[in-house]
Amino acid sequence: MGDALIEARGLTINRPGTSEPVLSRVDFRIRPGEIVTVVGPNGSGKSSLIRALLGQMALAGGTVDRRRGLRIGYVPQRVQLDTAIPMTVRRFLSLPRRVTDAQAQEALDRTGVAGLGARQLTQLSGGQFQRVLLARALLSDPHLLVLDEPTQGLDQPGIVAFYQLIEEVRRQTGAAVLMVSHDLLVVMRSSDRVVCLNGHVCCEGTPQHVSTAPEYLALFGAEAEGTLALYRHHHDHDHDHDHDRELEAGHLHRPGCNHGQGPEPTAASR
Amino acid sequence: MLDDFFTRAVLAGLGLALVAGPLGCFVVWRRMAYFGDSTAHAAILGVALALAFDVSIYAGTLAVAVAMACLVSALVARGQAMDTMLGVLSHSALAIGLVAISFVPSARSDLSAYLFGDILAVGRADLVLIWAGAALVLGLLILRWQRLVTSSLNEELAMAAGIDPRLERLMLSLCLAVVVALAIRVVGSLLISAMLIVPAAAARGWARTPERMAAGAALVAAGSVLAGLWSSLRLDTPAGPSIVTAAAVFFLISQGVRRA
Repeated sequence: MGDALIEARGLTINRPGTSEPVLSRVDFRIRPGEIVTVVGPNGSGKSSLIRALLGQMALAGGTVDRRRGLRIGYVPQRVQLDTAIPMTVRRFLSLPRRVTDAQAQEALDRTGVAGLGARQLTQLSGGQFQRVLLARALLSDPHLLVLDEPTQGLDQPGIVAFYQLIEEVRRQTGAAVLMVSHDLLVVMRSSDRVVCLNGHVCCEGTPQHVSTAPEYLALFGAEAEGTLALYRHHHDHDHDHDHDRELEAGHLHRPGCNHGQGPEPTAASR
Repeated sequence: MLDDFFTRAVLAGLGLALVAGPLGCFVVWRRMAYFGDSTAHAAILGVALALAFDVSIYAGTLAVAVAMACLVSALVARGQAMDTMLGVLSHSALAIGLVAISFVPSARSDLSAYLFGDILAVGRADLVLIWAGAALVLGLLILRWQRLVTSSLNEELAMAAGIDPRLERLMLSLCLAVVVALAIRVVGSLLISAMLIVPAAAARGWARTPERMAAGAALVAAGSVLAGLWSSLRLDTPAGPSIVTAAAVFFLISQGVRRA
């Protein structure tokens, strides 16, 4: 598999100003081209893990090794943009590193928002804005894309479309993807590996493995039942069966759902 | 040419306008209006100290403004309830400054010069200081522009790009302190924030990028200086307040022609 892009060993992080750990003794690694999703309830330390991996947070213990020269494209959680700053999409792509018009255009094309360069950021919908953020993250030609709750505020079709886009980007650029998410059903379908976090690593592995792990089911309860159903559904695929279980869990059926295909991410993206 | 008091006043005003416009944009973008107020109000205390210890007014106001900026930054970093805290600091600084200045007999007579500026009394040495200070701050802003704009837009995006938002915040606080010290002779302690905020707010209406807003704010500020000084001469009104009145008129016009 080659060298890990980022590897953390025995990572411990305390809540700021206290000795109370948010994360304790977490081992984590992500390899080139891999899509890894971190799931966990609120306050489980997902965002702290991301920030520690990015080197933005002081460690109380353990080590984080980033591969030398690693380029990371980052899409932060809930970007609160200050509406007081006038900012076109084009200008935003040049922050903080200036890019040429051709580069900007290519990035916007790739994320499906080609016509929006002259638009003010404040005039974008939630979905358009996420795609612009992704385009900006791609401009550094990253080895690793890090997305923290990238689909907050999107509706269900928007979420599905966004993850399809992520898989497409991974296929085209070969970048590894590290995501934090609470969209259990959708995000797990597109992941190679899922890490279930709750202050420590509860369980880890392929989506199928995690979705049947007792630790995962205990943590997510009813919502996890839906994931379980999803994977059962994959395992004994049958067109006559009843979709009620999935609908309960909030899955929206639409063209392109690709139910016949397994959770193998490259296969699932059209 | 510099022998004429009016020419000196115009040049001093333009020097301040050039830097107050762009810096004021950051004050508006980062919602630091109260921050500007407390730093500017503290300048009166600096005047009192400078007169008491017989040092340059610029040195006194700069020292107190820097101290105030550091104090406020430290409080922000500790996550105090900022709105109330800045209100307390801003008005206390002004009141303490006014009390302190009453102990300096020489300053009592021309207190209003420090509160509202005395741009018509600007001398050659003032001009040199104002332009040197303005060039310094403007140079810093231009040099760090991309970093400053990124961290003003969103601190997490900045951090992910290897920018330390705390450093940029400190830079802006120090720039603000320098501009406060420069502006005390031009518009006075009470109207410094107005020179920062009003032109930037006027430029916001039609600007589509941060650069255009900064340039627009500098233009509006310069226009306000010219219009304010001209009307002050014609109507015999106080110069500092006339400049800010002109800026307010520009702001109203900008609201009128603002595109939806």
